[in-house]
Parts: sequence; C-alpha cells; structure tokens
Amino acid sequence: MKIRFWGVRGSIPSPGSKTVRYGGNTTCIEVETDDGETIILDAGTGIHPLSQSLLKKLPLSCSIFITHTHWDHIQGLPFFVPIFIPGNQIRIYGAFDPVLQKDIGDVLSRQMEYCYFPVREAELKADIKYNSLHERQPVEIGSARVTNIFMNHPVLTFGYRIDCNGKSMFFTGDNEKLYNIYQPGDDYYTEYENQISRKNALLDDFIRGVDVLIADSAYTEQEYPAKKGWGHGTYNSCVDMAKNIGAKALYLTHHEPLRSDDELDGIQKQLNAIEALPVCIAYEGLEITL
Amino acid sequence: MDTIRKDLIQSVEKMPAFPQSVHRVIELTSDINSDPRDLVKVIEHDPVLITKILKMVNSPYFGLAEKITSVNHAVVYIGINTVKNLALSTATLGVLPRTNNAGFDMDAFLLHSLSTATIARLFARRLKIQERDAFDFFLSGLLHDFGKVVFAHFLPNDFKQVLQIVKEEGLPLYEAEQRIFMTDHAQIGSLLGEKWNLPTHLITCIKDHHHHDRKESLIIDVVSAADQISKELKIGFGGENRIETIPDAIMDRFGANLQAVIDSLGDINAETEKALVFIQK
Ligand SMILES: [Zn+2]
Ligand SMILES: [Zn+2]
Repeated sequence: MKIRFWGVRGSIPSPGSKTVRYGGNTTCIEVETDDGETIILDAGTGIHPLSQSLLKKLPLSCSIFITHTHWDHIQGLPFFVPIFIPGNQIRIYGAFDPVLQKDIGDVLSRQMEYCYFPVREAELKADIKYNSLHERQPVEIGSARVTNIFMNHPVLTFGYRIDCNGKSMFFTGDNEKLYNIYQPGDDYYTEYENQISRKNALLDDFIRGVDVLIADSAYTEQEYPAKKGWGHGTYNSCVDMAKNIGAKALYLTHHEPLRSDDELDGIQKQLNAIEALPVCIAYEGLEITL
Repeated sequence: MDTIRKDLIQSVEKMPAFPQSVHRVIELTSDINSDPRDLVKVIEHDPVLITKILKMVNSPYFGLAEKITSVNHAVVYIGINTVKNLALSTATLGVLPRTNNAGFDMDAFLLHSLSTATIARLFARRLKIQERDAFDFFLSGLLHDFGKVVFAHFLPNDFKQVLQIVKEEGLPLYEAEQRIFMTDHAQIGSLLGEKWNLPTHLITCIKDHHHHDRKESLIIDVVSAADQISKELKIGFGGENRIETIPDAIMDRFGANLQAVIDSLGDINAETEKALVFIQK
C-alpha cells in the first residue's frame, strides 16, 4: 500500500511563506491499496489538491473515513470535486454523534446547509453513501481492511487501522494521552487509574506492531501544560506510543498553525537522535510505500 | 396494564432531571475552567441524569465495544467534553418539578435515593468490594425507587391514591401500587433498566429490592438493608416509613439487629452530607 500526505496542519489552514515546505493544508491522508483502491483518511483542506489528482481516475470509487467532525478534518469535503460528478461512487464513514443523536451523514451535511454553502447535499451528483460505524466495526475495501477504535479528544474520535496484504498502518486522528482527573487521595483516584490502564491496554493491543504509526503531535512538552485537556499529543507522547506498541516507523502530523518550517526542521533534527525507530515529521507530498 | 407500562416507559425519554443538578450542570458547562470531577459528581447524584447518560453511551446506535457502567468509565472512554455535552442536552429538557399533584415531595425522594446509594456504597467498602464494583452498589441504591418518580411525574393523580392507601391501610407501597397500577415501582424501574441496557445484576436488584429472599444476591441484600437504614434514620422520604426485615446475610456480618448494623457502619449522616454537597452548592 501507498500512503500520501495531502494535509498535515491542525486547527486551521496556514498558508504563507513560513509553511511552504511542510505545507499549510489541514488533515488529509490518501491510502492507495495494493489493488488500486482509494481510501482517504479525513477531509481537511488537503482533500482539495487530492481531488485534482483523482480526476484522472474517473469514474472514481473511493472511501473516506472521518476521524472526527471538527472543522480541520471535514472542511474540505464540500470542495472534494468528485462529489459533483455523476458516475462517481463515494462512501463516507465516521462515528454516530451521541450528543446530537445523529449519524455521520446528518452531521456532515450540516456544513452544506444554505447559510454555509451554495449547493445542498441533496444536489450532489455523485453516488454518495454514508455509514456510521460502531467501534471496531471492520470495513473491507478490496484487499484492505479498515477498523477503528475510540481515541481521546473533546469530540468522539476514531483512530483507524488499515491492514493490507500483511502490511499495516494506524492513524490516531486527534488524540491526547489519557490522564487522571483525580488527585492522589481522592476517592476515585485509583479506580480512574485502573480505567485508564484498561483503556490503554485495549488501544495498545489494537495498534501493536503496525508498520506505520501516524500520530497527532501538536505540541512541544513546553507548550503542553497550557493545552492540557485540548485533546492533542506531544512529540514525546507520540514517540512513547510508537515505542510501546512496537511501531516500525512513526510519522508526526497535525502541526500547530504557527509552527514554521524552520521550527519543524529543528524538531526533526532532535527526533533524528531517537534510535528505537525512524521518526519523521510529515509534510505535504510525503509518500510512503509499504 | 401493559399499555400503562409501555406509555410510561416511552414518556421517560423526555423526563427532565432534578432541578438541583440541572442548575449545577448549566453552571459547570458555562465555565471553561470547571473541574471535571464536579461534573462527574453531579451526574452521579441524580438518578435521571445518570441513567440518561448511561443510556446514551450504551445505545446500540453508538456501538461502543464495551458496556459503560459508571460516569468515570464514560469519561475515560469517550472523554469529558462529550459527557459534558450529553449532560447539557439532558439539562435542556428543563427541570423535574419539585411538587406534583400526587403530593410526592421530589426533594425528599432525591434525598432518600441518595442516602440509600451512599449507605449501599458504605456497605460495599466495608465488604472490601473493589471500587469499580462498589459503584454498582451505589447506582443500584440510587435507582432502586426510580419507578416512584415515574408514577409521581406522569400519573400523579393515581399515585396520590397509592400514597393515600399506604397512609390509611398501612400497606407496603408496592402493594398499594399493584392495586392501582397492576404494576409497581420495582417492576417499572427494572423495565427501564432493561431499556437502558444496564447490567443484568443491577436490573435484578431494582426488581427485587423488596424481595431479597427471592434469590441469594449480595447486592440485593445490601441495597435492601440500605433502603431500611435510610428510612430508619429518616434521611429523606420515599413515600413510606415501614421498615422491612434486614436480610440475614447482612445481620450475620454487620450485627444482630437494625441498630447494630447502623452502628457498625460509622457516621452515616456525615457520608450522606458529603454526597449532598454536590447538588446543593
Ligand atoms: Zn484537529
Ligand atoms: Zn422500593
């Protein structure tokens, strides 16, 4: 399988002279399976340039997996050109929203309502099908299998694992390492600690041994304390996760909008010192072949 | 009878939570710096709110890979912000009126439920039951009489008659309910428990809390005993004062009679006070 990064920014698109090399588009990852099927992870603004490249494959059949419905992961969807072209088959997957009590299709079509977008969802020409996934519900796409697990973010977020012919990858979506909301001495401290261990064990088992781990590394250790609870990882938390689960390689994404190319280069230099596995800060256009 | 049940169970979907906790939820969800621990406590101390949240997270639409059995569990599994917004969506249904035509005092009822829950957890801790399972004891205590709020809120005039019968004839409340409704609060509560996908032992506990002799079950014995202690100490009021017999298993371990059992548990009032702080602030 081939993995291509089309958007590696978090929160908001960040064009400008300081983000030219790593890129300013928000989250979008293309996965091309061995038998040529197209899987897309998230529909941030990176999905727009991706859609241009897919126009040579018409009629297109593809599957889009949404980690969660925050803007930076869905904002490009109305500009995904294939949705306007008849004959294209587009499957969109994501989580049921327990707060709105609505499935992924209802949640996504909201951003195409009159006040936000000129074309209504009902007017799209492609054959679009939405599927709300249960946790761990597998989806077979050609020779690939996509499964999901809940991560830790302020909205429900799926991490997706893709397995294809013995090769595997996992994308965390947006994710913060779990921490105890209680203090030692509180009645619930130990109980909460146990719950965290159980959840971590489930997650580790789910991801264990993947060839490629793609993880949300929004913050530096210095920045993190002020952003605790915002639902994002740090460079260190991602490296720890990769080591824990025995990933063969780690790719870091969801860069802060203000993080300049030079800063990212500096961080990459520090990460090069890690011996356990190759760690790479992802940039737009980066391609991995497995 | 079946139609009464079905209608009631349907209606509970739209039943609002207790005013004290709705207030606190709105307060806590309007403050970006609020302490997540406070939110957990508020949810845990309102029988309506906690069941709505557990129902939503365990709904088959949602499809979590494991059953969520406590608020802390939900927070770890789906995150504090999602739990917060679930609580807020319940808060927007309004508040459960403090008074009703049945003359059933909702504040006193909440107090009875909370004290039963707290005492049940006190038992569980004395029995060295793991904290994770001790919460089941708390939750069973909190929900054991849920059916009564349902009657009082949705069928107040009939429930008034029930309370009248209890007063005049000295009948157990559930027998008076049977006479008027052909069903009782324990049955309605357990049917709701099934609908909400609560764990089976919790549902059985709600169903049999007035019949602890039906089967051997520690959680039923404990909740039944806690219920009697709450009535004996008059912490709140759940519609009747009649004290039932304490299960043998409880007397074997905690003392030969009700008073001895109470004495062995320590300062129950202080524990209950602690529980109330979260909804009275
Ligand atoms: Zn994001
Ligand atoms: Zn009862």
